[in-house]
Amino acid sequence: MNNILVFPMVLPIIAGVLLLFFRSNPKVQRWGSILTMVVVFLISLWILEKVMDEGILRLDFGEWAPPFGITFVADAFAMLLVTTSSLVTILCLLYAAFAKDEKREKFFLYPFLLLLIAGVNGAFLTGDLFNLFVCFEVMLLASYVLMTLGGEKKQLTEGIKYILINILSSWFFLLGIAYLYGTLGTLNMAHLSQRIAEVGQPPLLTTISILFLIVFSLKAGLVLYFWLPGSYEALPTAISALFAALLTKVGVYALFRSFTLLFYHEPSITHTIIGVMAMITMIGGSIGAIAYKDVRKIVAYNVIIAIGFILVGLASNNVESIQGSIYYLVHDILVKGLLFLMVGTVIYLTGKTRFDQVSGLITNYPLFGWIFLITLLSLGGIPPFSGFAGKLLIGKGALVAGEYVMVAVAFLSSLFVLYSLLRIFLNMFWGETSILKKNQIYLSKGMLASCLILAMLTIGLGLGMSVVSPYVAEAANVLTNPNLYIEGALNND
Amino acid sequence: METIITLLIGVLVSVATYLLLSKNVIRVVLGSAILSHAIHLLLITMGGLKKGGVPILGGKVETYVDALPQALILTAIVISFAVTAFFLVLMYRTYQSVGTDNLHEMRGTNDE
Repeated sequence: MNNILVFPMVLPIIAGVLLLFFRSNPKVQRWGSILTMVVVFLISLWILEKVMDEGILRLDFGEWAPPFGITFVADAFAMLLVTTSSLVTILCLLYAAFAKDEKREKFFLYPFLLLLIAGVNGAFLTGDLFNLFVCFEVMLLASYVLMTLGGEKKQLTEGIKYILINILSSWFFLLGIAYLYGTLGTLNMAHLSQRIAEVGQPPLLTTISILFLIVFSLKAGLVLYFWLPGSYEALPTAISALFAALLTKVGVYALFRSFTLLFYHEPSITHTIIGVMAMITMIGGSIGAIAYKDVRKIVAYNVIIAIGFILVGLASNNVESIQGSIYYLVHDILVKGLLFLMVGTVIYLTGKTRFDQVSGLITNYPLFGWIFLITLLSLGGIPPFSGFAGKLLIGKGALVAGEYVMVAVAFLSSLFVLYSLLRIFLNMFWGETSILKKNQIYLSKGMLASCLILAMLTIGLGLGMSVVSPYVAEAANVLTNPNLYIEGALNND
Repeated sequence: METIITLLIGVLVSVATYLLLSKNVIRVVLGSAILSHAIHLLLITMGGLKKGGVPILGGKVETYVDALPQALILTAIVISFAVTAFFLVLMYRTYQSVGTDNLHEMRGTNDE
């Protein structure tokens, strides 16, 4: 029994419920939630180490032996993502604590953020398909509230679209679960994998797999991303950073899990479709990223491009490309959080949302300007920063798989990322300053600190590749050998 | 029995689709509610509508009902209840602040 596995999900829920009672005391809310996430981060780091030592860990709830009960299964891939998302959450909470948005804090901003994290961590850890659905819903319900918290007109109308599209995708998810249960009679993921392997994935199961592809694509923003830019644009900074860092990544995680563990027998159908979808996503995202002058739109489209890029790794489907995707996933969680924090801060400082309305910010806020430069270089995949390793490995893996068009599209899209962000940088940060020293809004040290820490993390991740690589290698090893996962998740002794 | 229920599910889904595509917000909420009912029915049908005993060991019956789909539906009903309640409140709040219940008049913002 590894009861500790439940903590990354349960601690935020308990803390969230407790914080409900401290409505009038924002200090307790702020620091209580940060403290909780620090504890969750340390616990998940500890579990990650344990997984590296002892292999896959499992927790059977209520001692119900799998495949009959609900299980939590922690492999290196899941734990890597839990650890990274807890880390980025700490920093976003830190930012929120210093941004002091009291209107929202009064209406339970922090409890809902914690519930969101509970859903995200649960989705990473669970070993049961229906439980995955439940964790998705926990996460989504919290995100509905966060989406509309504050009640601005734009948030409300965008919130309706966001909720409706997610109700539909949850419906498809249940549909897929119903069909899968009807055909295979189990919902434990390892057990499903075993049974699918036994029957060799006939066309019926491939069709069901496409149903799951649609569901997770909607969550991840793969091709079906039309809801994403509008809704991310309407959010306040810290929340939008958390959404950009985590929500789509949960969809990506689910895609990786289901198409490496469950439906991996017909790659000529499923993985080809994923490849085409990834390319469409990258092209669409690139067009969006250069089409707008509104910085929030530009960064939202950058999220979409990154999703396409990560999925290139899954479509190529070999060890190297999957390693690359894992690197890139970890990198993207950190750096997308950073990017959204930076852009939100720019809007907070200037009050303007279009990049041609402001210039010379680097004169007023030098350190802030340099952090932005690091962010954009890291996103573009320039060597010393963390984006490079992932891009290199995904590119290499895709070349080995012979996907030349995909590689070309992927690297062209990186250029678009670089161009779209460089445009913001050159216009907003360089040139003659448009803000007089006396009108300058004070940038609080806490807000700057969370950006700075994230920037240092992206440098650290880039330089310290050798520290991370054993974890990534182990994660990719489990993903490419489903038997390891099945062994860990079903073995009863 | 399964066939009839499946047909019923089809009817429910088409009704829900019609409602979801309309402009009135109340109809959209009702559409999403009906859609979730349809999927709950589908879940229980996929488990098989067998006539069997309560799945408790030591009973006198020979066949047992599969209990899992029912547990799944119970969870799904609770979730869809929460989502529908939230959705309804959100629609009302939006109606209050935007001043219309017509989705076409709510759409888009004038940017760029």
